[in-house]
Amino acid sequence: MTHAIEAEIRAFIDENFLFRSDQDAIDAGASLLETGLIDSMSVLELVTFLEGRFGITVTDAEMMPENLDTIAALTAFVARKTSLATAA
Amino acid sequence: MRVEHFLEESARRHPDKVALVAGPERLTFAALDGRASRLASWLHAHGLGRGDRVVVFADNSVEAVVALFAALKAGGVFSLVNPSTKADKLAFILGNCRPSAFVTQEKLVPVAAEALGQAGFAGTVLVAGDPAGLAGAVAIEEAQGWDGPAPTGAGIALDLAMLVYTSGSTGFPKGVMMTHRNVVAAATSITTYLESVPEDVVLCALPISFDYGLYQVLMAAKVGATLVLETSFAYPQAVLERAAAEGVTGLPLVPTMAALLLRLRDLAPGALPSLRYVTNTAAALPPAHIARLQALFPTARLYSMYGLTECKRCTWLPPAELARRPDSVGIAIPGTEAYVVGEDGRRLGPGETGELVIRGPHVMAGYWENEAATEAALRPGPYPWERVLHTGDLFTTDAEGFLYFVARKDDIIKSRGEKVSPKEVENALYQLAGIREAVVIGVPDEVLGQAVRAIVVLEPGSALTPLDIRAHCSRNLEDFMVPRSVVVADALPKTDTGKISRRAAAELDLARANGRAA
Repeated sequence: MTHAIEAEIRAFIDENFLFRSDQDAIDAGASLLETGLIDSMSVLELVTFLEGRFGITVTDAEMMPENLDTIAALTAFVARKTSLATAA
Repeated sequence: MRVEHFLEESARRHPDKVALVAGPERLTFAALDGRASRLASWLHAHGLGRGDRVVVFADNSVEAVVALFAALKAGGVFSLVNPSTKADKLAFILGNCRPSAFVTQEKLVPVAAEALGQAGFAGTVLVAGDPAGLAGAVAIEEAQGWDGPAPTGAGIALDLAMLVYTSGSTGFPKGVMMTHRNVVAAATSITTYLESVPEDVVLCALPISFDYGLYQVLMAAKVGATLVLETSFAYPQAVLERAAAEGVTGLPLVPTMAALLLRLRDLAPGALPSLRYVTNTAAALPPAHIARLQALFPTARLYSMYGLTECKRCTWLPPAELARRPDSVGIAIPGTEAYVVGEDGRRLGPGETGELVIRGPHVMAGYWENEAATEAALRPGPYPWERVLHTGDLFTTDAEGFLYFVARKDDIIKSRGEKVSPKEVENALYQLAGIREAVVIGVPDEVLGQAVRAIVVLEPGSALTPLDIRAHCSRNLEDFMVPRSVVVADALPKTDTGKISRRAAAELDLARANGRAA
């Protein structure tokens, strides 16, 4: 499950933001903002993608680097949100 | 009065008050001034002389703030460069102002190394963090621990204080020269109308390489206020929580940041109960955003302002006038004059449209080693010894003398509050094999103000995709200049003389967008 989520998130970042850097593969634990992979405008695009693709709602309180700033954090966040949605 | 005296005076008046909060660090005025003094003596001991330039290429950070004050204390001139600047442009800036010292941070070492190599830089290099990867570089921590004699006789107020590089219509950045007197005049005028006090806590998420961000640092030092420095506005909720925790009283914004704030779904009025003022500049806020900001921050006065790097700030709208004239950028800032002239240089009356001219002690000394551009912008004033600033912006006034922005005379695009020269983006596009023709325009965007759009014609057989083209741009241009959209066209509209017409391309693009909407 989380593998599939991570793959989709990576594909989106590859397609839309990876060109911002010359790195080939992004470390799952690397800060997307610090490494310059995404800029401040891109966080909005990322959230729009997550909401559209995974059918989740990202609240203001969740719009934090802890949830969105690394691939590992994004994957865990989406997994948590989607499992909550399924449980409910 | 020189700019470093702002910090020195505040450190004398209230040494133990918090001057700067950045990430986990909290520095008192005494600590900040002490660090800057030690770095100044290190720079002095390592050859920085009066009038020598120090280029600082870094994120918003304690080290960047320390470096700029250190440069001034040593009698030097600082220039802050946007951290998303790519190697080619950084090398151009280094070649242009020929600094004696260069300050950067660990994260930016790869770009810095390339630029320093390209520019053949032979001066002193300081790095915040690990200096590995830059030959001969010294860790800034080490330099700040220096215990040498303090430099004396830094200079006088007429000396050059800083260079602020700004996009020019030619596609090459120009260094705006500001003397200490210019900076002191602008900072004094602005803190007068903002009624700034030592009790203020100002949160700055604007890059300090941008003069609007830089002046937050300088004005906080001047009045003895606390500055909370953030590295970005990517997570507005996180910034707001920080602002609430610090009891922020002043919040400088550009329209893009306001739009990002207003996108928060759960933001309720009163989130920042200590907020005393919000400022906006770079472009006008939409009236709907003004109303929502006022509802969200009922304790705050909202200042609409307008400015150019060439004089820092031109006008401000007294907050009491906002309801009556929401579209106006107001009147000249205190101690200065702003008026509209016709093609013949005569002052125009209310309702007439002409170029805005700025007169006052805040007007720049000129562009660094660029006499032609300086002569175009600074023209003879009312007295034989003075020059006034021709802004290149078209304005009109109402019957009571309040100013209204009409349009720019050139094609500069304003995106995210930053100036983008279409020519500079087009130059980058033409470096990509496969692009035959390119034109860059600004299109309206709810968040960015204007979004940068490239319209290109490809060479026959080229397989370039819009993503390839954006990728190329992102490797060669700062973030805010990278086109948000790329349109591949069969042909571009031309003028009678065969030149690509940017205006016709923009009109065509608008017609296409309207056609789709209809």
